[in-house]
Amino acid sequence: MVEKTPWLDLLTYTLLILGIGIVGFPLFYTIIAATLPVEEVSRIPMPLIPGDQLLVNLKTAWIKGNLGIQMWNSFIMAAGITFGKISVSMLAAFAIVYFDFRFRKIAFVSVFCTLMLPVEVRILPTYEVTANVFGPIQRIMEVFCMDTLIGFFTGSRFRISIEFSLLDSYAGLILPLVASATATFLFRQFFLTVPEELCEAAKIDGASPMKFFTRILLPLSKTNIAALIVIDFIYGWNQYLWPLLITTNPRMSTAVIGLIRLIPQMEDLPTWNVALAGSLIVMLPPVLVVLFMQRWFVKGLVDTEK
Amino acid sequence: MLKRSFFSSKYLPYLLILPQTLVILTFFYWPAAQALFQSFMLSDPFGVNSQFVWFDNFSRLFKDRYYWKSIGITFFFSFSTALLSISIGLLVAAMANRVLKAKAIIRTFLIWPYAIAPAISGIVWLFLFHPSFGVIAYSVMRWFGIHWNPILDGNDALFLVVIASAWKQISYNFVFFIAGLQSIPKSLIEAAAIDGASPLRRFWVITFPLLSPTLFFLLVMNVVYAFFETFGIIHTVTQGGPGGSTMTMVYKVYKDGFVGLDLGSSAAQSVVLMIVIVVLTVLQFKYVEKKVQYTG
Repeated sequence: MVEKTPWLDLLTYTLLILGIGIVGFPLFYTIIAATLPVEEVSRIPMPLIPGDQLLVNLKTAWIKGNLGIQMWNSFIMAAGITFGKISVSMLAAFAIVYFDFRFRKIAFVSVFCTLMLPVEVRILPTYEVTANVFGPIQRIMEVFCMDTLIGFFTGSRFRISIEFSLLDSYAGLILPLVASATATFLFRQFFLTVPEELCEAAKIDGASPMKFFTRILLPLSKTNIAALIVIDFIYGWNQYLWPLLITTNPRMSTAVIGLIRLIPQMEDLPTWNVALAGSLIVMLPPVLVVLFMQRWFVKGLVDTEK
Repeated sequence: MLKRSFFSSKYLPYLLILPQTLVILTFFYWPAAQALFQSFMLSDPFGVNSQFVWFDNFSRLFKDRYYWKSIGITFFFSFSTALLSISIGLLVAAMANRVLKAKAIIRTFLIWPYAIAPAISGIVWLFLFHPSFGVIAYSVMRWFGIHWNPILDGNDALFLVVIASAWKQISYNFVFFIAGLQSIPKSLIEAAAIDGASPLRRFWVITFPLLSPTLFFLLVMNVVYAFFETFGIIHTVTQGGPGGSTMTMVYKVYKDGFVGLDLGSSAAQSVVLMIVIVVLTVLQFKYVEKKVQYTG
């Protein structure tokens, strides 16, 4: 950098190669294992020369893990969460920055506080709400004794029961995960830097708020949206706990969950080659997104501090 | 903060925040309130009958030896994961920052593990450390004579989940350290070099202190990650075993609530975790204040 330091440069490159090696070794090994037949993969030590069984293993994993439908489900879930998070938080940020209304502060603070409520800390009750999304309304009515009240007026026994379950559905996979404090912050922060004159000009020209939003704010936010798409797609694709809880039907579960069934147990034939071939298939979409949208990925990571 | 120039409309702002509000009320605040409520109730496994028991669930929880064990494991697990992945991330980032050529390629080779699901990281490392087929288990046996068995030995299992969790997080730390390193003014480093400070000394005296806000932020974020996002790794690799030696607090909430159907205890554990994350979030935002001071 500043002076010539040949030894330090050598050390730098050695450490870098070592670091890349440590980070890359599991993937390298996975790829090798996925190309071997089962006798080779269970040999000790496993040969490090790739075999010719890659396509066979990929196909077995695809069929055995039921990955076709599950990759599709993962894609719907990831795309739904990405689209939902971005649109919901963008609209909220627009309202918070560009309108003066009574609950503005509360709206902002309540979004902020969701940072402190990841799904992992409220597993069971969130599951219950998803099993019956009208549960909260029903409970509130019970508290206010609506049953007896209505029964009193109509003169008959009355019982209100509304139920709507989101278990084993795309809505159930997506909706509970679409609120995003970080995305709302990011858009709020960005809207605050948009010059005042743009809004003034739009108002003078007689543009409605929504026209201002779609014609001016939306195009200006392109880079932020691209960055969030990368981060949220990976987030959605890699979800584990939530789909594990709410999907019981294998046709509704996601690819990462489907992989578990490929892990050989103690008493099974050690088909690690198939399990690792399946892992390769499932990790491919998010890894490609990161590699091909690297610039947006780094921006998204640093901006949202996710 | 509000724009000096804004729109006025009676209904539109409410309509705009409606989707966000509905989602957070239904899926965030209601369940959180339920967890709080249930943590004071004793219910049968089907949730049909319940009675108010004050802090019984909490006192039962804190008298439970296994819960304390789980707290200890969680803290050990989180800090080891954070330390391991932060130190490797910092080392690699500091080295990559010295290199003039091929920066983009180095970055490409280091960031991709971020995209891998924790559960998949678990599967891959489980294979590498597998007592009968894993290459690492084999090498450790061959070179050091250590019998490696994460399926039977608790410490080996904990070590395995630490490695699988830390590996995935190196990319994240690398990205933030590179961003932090690039924001340090070159003139400072050059001035120190003219004064005769060696590269190592420049790193310790200038770069490292200036990176401390990033370091602190990453420490908090890595602990949050280890606490809350490693469920997939534990579920695929050890399922909390053997003998509860990898039973982190989050995994225990899941296990007691969904498998054990002990609603009161699970809810009380959720409340404890909420307190943990409130503390971590406050710490994280302390960092944001610091960052503002440094840059402004």
